[in-house]
Amino acid sequence: MNLLKSYLLPRIAQWVITVFIGITVTFIIPRLIPGDPVERTLSSLGSLQTLDPRAVESLKEALADLYGLDGTQFDQYINFWKRLFKGDLGPSLSAFPTPVIEIIAKGLPWTVGLLTTSTLISWSLGIALGTLAGYSPKRLWWQIVDKAFISIYPIPHYILALILVMVFSYYFPIFPLVGGASGKPTLSWTYISSIFEHSLLPATSLIVLSTAFRFIMAKALTTTVAGSDYVGYAETAGLSKWRIVLFYVIQNTMLPQVTDLGLSLGAVFSGALIIEIVFSYPGIGYSLYMGVFQADFNLILGITIFSIVGIATAALIVDLSYPLLDPRVRYK
Amino acid sequence: MKILKDLFKHHLAFRAGAVIVLLVFLLVSLSFFSPYEATERRVVPKNQAPSLNHILGTTALGQDVFWLLTFAIRNSLMVAGLAVLIGRSIAVLLGSFSGYMGGGVDKVLQSIVDSFIVIPRLPLLILISVIVKGGLNLWGLALLLGFLDIFWPSKRYRSQILSLREREFTYTAVFSGMNTFNIILKEHFPFFIPYLLADAVSGFLWAIGMEITLAILGLCDLTRPTIGTMIYWGNYYQALLSQRLWVLAAPVIGSIFIVVAFYLISTSLSEYLDPRTRLKRLGASQ
Repeated sequence: MNLLKSYLLPRIAQWVITVFIGITVTFIIPRLIPGDPVERTLSSLGSLQTLDPRAVESLKEALADLYGLDGTQFDQYINFWKRLFKGDLGPSLSAFPTPVIEIIAKGLPWTVGLLTTSTLISWSLGIALGTLAGYSPKRLWWQIVDKAFISIYPIPHYILALILVMVFSYYFPIFPLVGGASGKPTLSWTYISSIFEHSLLPATSLIVLSTAFRFIMAKALTTTVAGSDYVGYAETAGLSKWRIVLFYVIQNTMLPQVTDLGLSLGAVFSGALIIEIVFSYPGIGYSLYMGVFQADFNLILGITIFSIVGIATAALIVDLSYPLLDPRVRYK
Repeated sequence: MKILKDLFKHHLAFRAGAVIVLLVFLLVSLSFFSPYEATERRVVPKNQAPSLNHILGTTALGQDVFWLLTFAIRNSLMVAGLAVLIGRSIAVLLGSFSGYMGGGVDKVLQSIVDSFIVIPRLPLLILISVIVKGGLNLWGLALLLGFLDIFWPSKRYRSQILSLREREFTYTAVFSGMNTFNIILKEHFPFFIPYLLADAVSGFLWAIGMEITLAILGLCDLTRPTIGTMIYWGNYYQALLSQRLWVLAAPVIGSIFIVVAFYLISTSLSEYLDPRTRLKRLGASQ
């Protein structure tokens, strides 16, 4: 009961605030720019000439309806929320009249799959390597690993992904260049293995990028903990090195890492979008790229709203699992 | 000055970083002596491989890659620098206001800041630049990047202020009758400024990365040379498929050198400022 009041409820309230602020920002931004948004959207739409006039009319109506330009700003705002509650993000402009939500639903499994696997791997790998490197910083081997990660960490995601594409798909074509899988989606071994094969390079880039940050953080945390009294006593007591690392060091550096995971999900997600764009991986990021390419404003807006809600929810889940790890929160 | 000398003497990472940054600034200053205008096209033969005449080759638009790179680095550094200046100034104000006020104000501000931290910035950035498409010149881009990079840093500054507020010397100053403004200015800022400098570099790196990403998507002023637009035009004219690697190699390698150099300087600076390593170093030199 106490846990609910002192920990869970504030987190859930924070989730509500985050979603509220995020959606309000996406409502306000398009209205800050002067001019009629319907006309502006239509004029920037490249595929307009190829549509027949009736389709253009219905597109215009859909847009006016979508922007909800009737009534005062406040009425528009209320209507905006009403539509979102129904899960309605409007139709895509470039693939009219396919609903935006359908396009997102198609890309979602790819993005979620890529993101969860690579986050889990990079998180464990970064903490494991960083802790070992922080615990025995004098070893030559760890110093090399340390220098490597420090040089990789600041490189922009796009640049690193571009280099990996150039090296591994072009000069040493071990990996397929684009796409998420080959062949028809069936439950056969060839299809599943092609998913795996296609995801290997994008996932590797994402893992390399996020492991570098995790490694640097884990190493810094470990350096502090390794100098503490209880680790000193454990060493004097002659406990084995593995026991010290596992039960004395990692357990105590785990909590800030979990807190940080929740907060950094937004950044990891942005990184995943860039990776998807570079590798033409058929997830949400690639849909976003196509949306930008075809000036499909509605699709971009829909993906923005969806990713704000999605990331806020994922961060909430991480936060809610925190009491499982930290006894201090549980028994307060 | 003494600090710089010290750093130079004791820190390999700082030495390496400083030399590269110096070279980068040399390259940037060369752009003022360029024989071509920054936005001029078709002034040299197209698609030439690196040679004595054009040491880094030429692009499909008839530009000399070397001189283009000097402009590109200048513009990219300018955008990132301005973004950091805007973002960090607001972040410092926000973070220290929140930290010093405490109580209800702090709580409300922090829940807003936490919200913005969780919200993924790239989709928001893309949404905004799509809306103002064409209207986003270099200054607009810097402003936008600055505004989106306020919240994480302000949270870090707030926690710095909170820890400074609880230090013993703060209490000593309060009890000896120093007023609040003087405490902030004379007691806290000397600790805070170096931390700020080291931290600003991370914002700088982020801004460079985002400039590149937006340019790849074709969402900023593509006529101005920046690291991002150089890659954009390289991709546009299929530099990779037609084996004209030099067009892409120059901005890619250049950007890697820049970010790694700035990062090395920032880490060695914060390591230098960390009181624990400082004591160790003093002990070693005596």
